[in-house]
Amino acid sequence: MDLSAINPVLLVASLMVAATPILLAAIGELVVEKAGVLNLGVEGMMITGAICGFAVAVETGSPLLGFVGAAAGGAALSLLFVALTQYALANQVASGLSLTLFGLGLSALIGQGYVGKKPPPSARLDIPVLSDLPVLGRILFSHDIMVYAGLALVAGVWALLRFTRAGLILRAVGENHDAAHALGYKVRRIRILAILFGGACAGMGGAYISLLRVPQWVDGMTAGTGWIALALVVFASWKPWRVLLGAYLFGGVTVLQLNLQAAGLAIPVEYLSMSPYLITILVLVIMSSHRSGAPASLGRTFHASQ
Amino acid sequence: MLKLEKRRQPSQVWAYLAPVVAVVATMVVGGLLFAFLGKDPLLAIRTIFWDPLFGEFAFYYRPQMLVKGAPLVLIAIGLSLGFRAGIWNIGAEGQYIMGAIAGAGVALAFYPLEAWWLFPLMVICGAIGGLLWAMIPAALRVIFGTNEILVSLMLVYVAEQFLASVSLGLLKNPEGYGFPGSRNLQQYPSAHNAELITGSGMHWGVVAALIAVIMAYILLNRHLLGFQIRLTGEAPRAARFAGVKPKQLVLLCMGLAGALAGMAGLFEVAGPSGRISIDFNAGYGFTAIIVAFLGRLHPVGILLAGLLMALTYIGGEIAQSSMGLSSSAIQVFQGMLLFFLLMVDVLTNYRLKLAKADAA
Amino acid sequence: MKKRTFLKGAAAAVALPLAMTGPAFAQEKTKVGFIYVGPINDGGWTQHHHESALKMVEEIGEDKVELVYQESVPEGPDAERAMTQMALGGAKIIFTTSFGYMDPTINVAAKFPDVKFEHATGYKTADNVSAYSARFYEGRAVMGTIAGHMTKSNVLGYIASVPIPEVVRGINSAYIHAKKVNPDVEMKIIWLYTWMDPAKEADAARTLIEQGADVIFQHTDSTAPLAAAQDAGNVIGFGQAGDMSEYAPSPRVSSIIDNWAPYYVSRVEAAMDGTWESHNVWEGIGDGMVGIGEISDAVPAEVKAEAEAMRDAIAAGEYHPFTGPLKKQDGSDWLAEGEVADDGTLAGMNFYVEGLTGEIPQ
Repeated sequence: MDLSAINPVLLVASLMVAATPILLAAIGELVVEKAGVLNLGVEGMMITGAICGFAVAVETGSPLLGFVGAAAGGAALSLLFVALTQYALANQVASGLSLTLFGLGLSALIGQGYVGKKPPPSARLDIPVLSDLPVLGRILFSHDIMVYAGLALVAGVWALLRFTRAGLILRAVGENHDAAHALGYKVRRIRILAILFGGACAGMGGAYISLLRVPQWVDGMTAGTGWIALALVVFASWKPWRVLLGAYLFGGVTVLQLNLQAAGLAIPVEYLSMSPYLITILVLVIMSSHRSGAPASLGRTFHASQ
Repeated sequence: MLKLEKRRQPSQVWAYLAPVVAVVATMVVGGLLFAFLGKDPLLAIRTIFWDPLFGEFAFYYRPQMLVKGAPLVLIAIGLSLGFRAGIWNIGAEGQYIMGAIAGAGVALAFYPLEAWWLFPLMVICGAIGGLLWAMIPAALRVIFGTNEILVSLMLVYVAEQFLASVSLGLLKNPEGYGFPGSRNLQQYPSAHNAELITGSGMHWGVVAALIAVIMAYILLNRHLLGFQIRLTGEAPRAARFAGVKPKQLVLLCMGLAGALAGMAGLFEVAGPSGRISIDFNAGYGFTAIIVAFLGRLHPVGILLAGLLMALTYIGGEIAQSSMGLSSSAIQVFQGMLLFFLLMVDVLTNYRLKLAKADAA
Repeated sequence: MKKRTFLKGAAAAVALPLAMTGPAFAQEKTKVGFIYVGPINDGGWTQHHHESALKMVEEIGEDKVELVYQESVPEGPDAERAMTQMALGGAKIIFTTSFGYMDPTINVAAKFPDVKFEHATGYKTADNVSAYSARFYEGRAVMGTIAGHMTKSNVLGYIASVPIPEVVRGINSAYIHAKKVNPDVEMKIIWLYTWMDPAKEADAARTLIEQGADVIFQHTDSTAPLAAAQDAGNVIGFGQAGDMSEYAPSPRVSSIIDNWAPYYVSRVEAAMDGTWESHNVWEGIGDGMVGIGEISDAVPAEVKAEAEAMRDAIAAGEYHPFTGPLKKQDGSDWLAEGEVADDGTLAGMNFYVEGLTGEIPQ
């Protein structure tokens, strides 16, 4: 065992990379859930985004356009969820699960022509001078652009929910859709926008895996990341900055686990992999005694006539 | 602009017509998909929906539908009781895994015992395994008011990791050349959940699923508890006046669902699957949630929905090997079927009307 | 009509073994079935079985054989149904290409005594069930030799999949041969518990590189580790399952290729002309089942020559990668000077050799 082989600076830098896909997907799902909608189809939207982004990047040669395509793909798939839950008033849990099944199949169909291809490389944003700083340079100033985009998104969502009227309305819709409706807010329209935003974010999270972290297209390559993103929203008790903290914690456990193994430490991998979920449950329990938990209308169907 | 208007009474006509409309719509859109992929759409639809039931080898596929459908129905029945009462257990996959581990664990602990009581004991332990796993979210909700949707979902991942751990360690077959996975219970006569009549597909899990359907029907229609469950879901406040104790109901519904899911896991591991292995769980617990809703939380509906799901699985497999359709195309087709089924359901409770503007 | 079909079905169900003595209708082409554990374009294990199957069809002739396959079949009851379905559909020989299909294959084979079954990487056989597997550790010996010469940091990284004997053999073989040419090497091992998860593989490769490794071995199937090696620069790796030549000449300096085609051709032909017999084979470089991808120019000429010499010696049967003196990790003796490991020990290998650190997860 040789723990000195683990470089804490590199560890932090790589956990930021490992955390970015779940961070992107989770911040989107947070907005969806804040609006009172539970979309369990995150995995399906992520994988769809992963292939759409990959395809666009390969065809255009631009990774940035790839991310735009990924966002569009994820949002497009979430339109199905919109149709089901907002227009046909179907159960959200069942609709979300179906969405994941559908997305996994659809992405594999689209991806048939993209197996074994290499996407265009994405430049790392090496900010001159700053990225040469000891410690901080590697951790803060030499990542790809999506890492910063993820951070910016967290800040943006936080500001939106906290300081803007739009954020207030979004929360009102999520807390009590009947009251929000009575006040004249367009509950359905707000929820649709939130769901589309969630789809776009999940799509980008998926594309981060296929374009940057791996980079390659393989069927089902998100391998359950979407489910972790769902857990993350809960872990964060629907607070944007805690999503960031949670993403780094979840990403950190993964990276730390690999580092400890490489350093020769015999660790029970399964039990370490369980820990984020157990911590999430613990957080849920603690939170529920504070009465500041989930949006009150979460998962409930809304129809104006009621 | 089209607008939905709530019906005073759920439409009887649409309740029966909706699933038919959904299946037909899926055939049309799915057929277009298959044609787009360069396959004969009519042949594909026939292969998926007709061949398993009436094709040349239907004698084999019909029993297989029972094998595939039974765990779905058994789990979905348990879930539907809770869903009706507004109790959202979506962690059946985890309860299924823990039931299988508990039941198989007992069998392997006694290996190579020959005794008639071993299998019944395994069933009980499987049920208890699932029940205890479901009691975690139930107890947390009752004591702390914690959201059971999320806790039960988290526990699925924990159960999956635990499954990997026992496959590699505790339950690993000592004569398996170091490969992960337990002994095969099919080769352990007193623990084997064999077919009751050879070639019929009927194993104890199928029997249990049928009993569960009947019991759930009786419970919901003839028993006070069923009335309480329905009342709690439809009018929670009225339920309290009617003397329903919500905490007890949570424990009961979650416990029942967990026990049935655990039993489903046990029947599967002792029968068709045979072994505890890292990827023993094949998603039955999640698919069962969809089955429960497709069956509109009604026992008979669930039975039919479970069989329909099994049909598309088996038909899809046949289409893969006989027509060269890719597994992803089949998955998309199944997804479509679910979408349409969920979508048309709305017509039972609402009617479409033309309106001037979108009100919502 | 319905009733009649049902009665016929019931009768046939009872008489399943008898009823299925051959395809229901006369057919000139021989149907060959393949059951795959992943999608046919996974870029790794399944893709190479499928490509070998296609090659087999091409070689024997499309007018003589018909390929039927089913992809992404979960190990367990679904696999049993997929095999039964193929046997019912008239397949004459069925290849089941994942370890987890072993018991289902034995079960189904018992019901169809006239259909031949070939199960990959297992150890159970029957009158109509053969087992076949490849000695990938022979390839790892060649890769280990290259790695030992090429490393500058003397740290080798190994991305291991699931703790089974095959993977342990690969680790030991790579380590022994790297150590032989470079006594200072150490090996860092990460277990991922999966055969294919590109994101995890990429993370594992990066972790190993961060901890100083400049050679990455992988026993997982995606190209993600090679992409990570390329990203890092100055790190080399090897193709796994396929040639992965899109990463040549560097970071991919050579590869271990799964080449099942010759075996598939010979077995299908044997089934067609009636000479098929059950066996349990374990073939290596010499038989052509394990291929060594071209060693690229990134490797110095003398190292390349040494690696090729080892490949040829193994192929000719002159050298066995597990030749004594070798000790186990705990220091106890395993093989004496000149002694060669027997297949039984190798088949169940569950220990590291001396010098490796860490433990095999239990």
